Amino acid sequence: MAYDYAPFPYTAPPGLTAAEPRHPVAIVGAGPIGLALAIDLAQRGVKSVVLDDNNVVSVGSRAICWAKRTLEIFDRLGVGERMLDKGVTWKVGRLFHGTDQVYSFDLLPEDGHKYPAFINLQQYYVEQYLVERAQDFPDLIDLRFLNKVTGHVDHGDHVTLQIETPDGAYSLNAEYLAAADGAGSPTRKRMGLSFEGQTFEEHFLIIDVELPHSPFQTEDPERWFWFAPPFHPGQSALLHRQPDNIYRIDLQLGSDTDPQAEATKEKVTPRIKAIIGDMPFRLDWMSVYKFRCAMLDRFVHGRVLFVGDSAHVVSPFGARGGNGGIQDVDNLGWKLTHALQCGTPDLLETYDAERRHGARENILNSSRATNFMTPKSPIETLFRDETLKLAGQHPFARKLINSGRLSQPCNLAGMPQQTGNHPLVGQALIDLPLGNRWLVDTVTGQFTLLALDDAGWTVPDGLALRALPAGPERSARYGDKGAVLLRPDGHICAYFPTPDQTAIATAQARTLGGQP
Amino acid sequence: MILDDNLDPHGDALYAALMQAHDGLTDAQSHALNARLVLMLMNELGNPDRFKHLLEQARADLA
Repeated sequence: MAYDYAPFPYTAPPGLTAAEPRHPVAIVGAGPIGLALAIDLAQRGVKSVVLDDNNVVSVGSRAICWAKRTLEIFDRLGVGERMLDKGVTWKVGRLFHGTDQVYSFDLLPEDGHKYPAFINLQQYYVEQYLVERAQDFPDLIDLRFLNKVTGHVDHGDHVTLQIETPDGAYSLNAEYLAAADGAGSPTRKRMGLSFEGQTFEEHFLIIDVELPHSPFQTEDPERWFWFAPPFHPGQSALLHRQPDNIYRIDLQLGSDTDPQAEATKEKVTPRIKAIIGDMPFRLDWMSVYKFRCAMLDRFVHGRVLFVGDSAHVVSPFGARGGNGGIQDVDNLGWKLTHALQCGTPDLLETYDAERRHGARENILNSSRATNFMTPKSPIETLFRDETLKLAGQHPFARKLINSGRLSQPCNLAGMPQQTGNHPLVGQALIDLPLGNRWLVDTVTGQFTLLALDDAGWTVPDGLALRALPAGPERSARYGDKGAVLLRPDGHICAYFPTPDQTAIATAQARTLGGQP
Repeated sequence: MILDDNLDPHGDALYAALMQAHDGLTDAQSHALNARLVLMLMNELGNPDRFKHLLEQARADLA
């Protein structure tokens, strides 16, 4: 069934009639990133005003693949379980070369984690759930639809924003402006910031179709990827399932494509039939796009903070766009809160350093995948095709096939906010079953010491302490000795072999220290 | 012969480096690069039996 795009209500903002008190944070953009940031801040008691030029969720499914780490962050924000319930959990993936299956792989959830490796869920559902969650905080989140930001001025200690509404223009002031206004970020363009990177010439066509039954040989939601399928010679194709019996088809179109001509019902109908056969279908949405891999030199410019696609864009292979953006939010929320409450803007420099590190990793992985999928010379095509042929027989060649390296939690090992070089340091929280609950349920966005033995751990004031029960999962994931300190975003920032309050306080101070 | 993955975690980076080495070459130059590279890898391996096995395996299904 087609999604019902109900518009969100617009109300005339108070700034039209009288000056508004200065807002702590103005968030530009009510997509998944802006909304998630508003909720993260609200859960920490920080008020924000969210400004969006539109009044409806994402038109089209757009970002659909949500990774385990993202779901764990969304769990903390109060929408993870709803996403899991509605989403399609990945099970089996198959990779084909021509008509032959090269290999299949298991995407089944690993036992002992609340969330699976990946789910598919349309971006419009994610935005709807986030808007509804934001409405749980009427005193902290001021959602303003049809409020288009047309200008801003950074005064050094606050930012003034100019805004247009159906009832006229007004301005407001905020301590910080968070630009979550997407790949084409008007904020970034207004500031004239360089946004450089690799542009790919290939066009890709994405089509969502609603089908009466699965096009796979099973009703299980498989994920099929083809190099040079018989129905689409010489190019790549991907087919996977979303909720509501909607299937996503991704087709590589090559560089000499007319995007306007391709995105028509007449052109796509034979393409769809070539893949799914004679089954009836309803065309839900389609889009032809080109992409590039690019990022800002800095994500923090004075009082303006770039989050998500406004700061970095990647190719879609590996699902590193939306998932990367949510990791930005996770990294920024507690730092921005601390900066506002303690007057220490230096901590935001660590957001800049850590998330540029994450963005570089995402760009590297997605560029390599794109290069593998779109060979740009006869010799690259030769290597690619021979890799695919060897892969039917030889495991080493399978590992070289790159149809996208899926989004992983960013590792912050070796970055200055972390202490020591224990292998756990820098990793994101690894989930564990705790009776009928999960570790991700019980860690609530504050500094937390996880004790791995019963050596009599105590923590300084303001830190939470949680003893992880012994068991095979704890042994395998954390070991059975010492303790680890979690940052508010769930990254492990220090390991302690024995109880030592001073060492714990020192590690926390280092994480909050500001200068990277 | 090692036909299981022996490159982890460097496979993607090495594949990218190999493509980079061909960047800007004509087809004939790429052909020459491949020949040189195989000869150098043969010497690097330094093991006649293993190299002969690799030759057989690489030639399988081609002719």
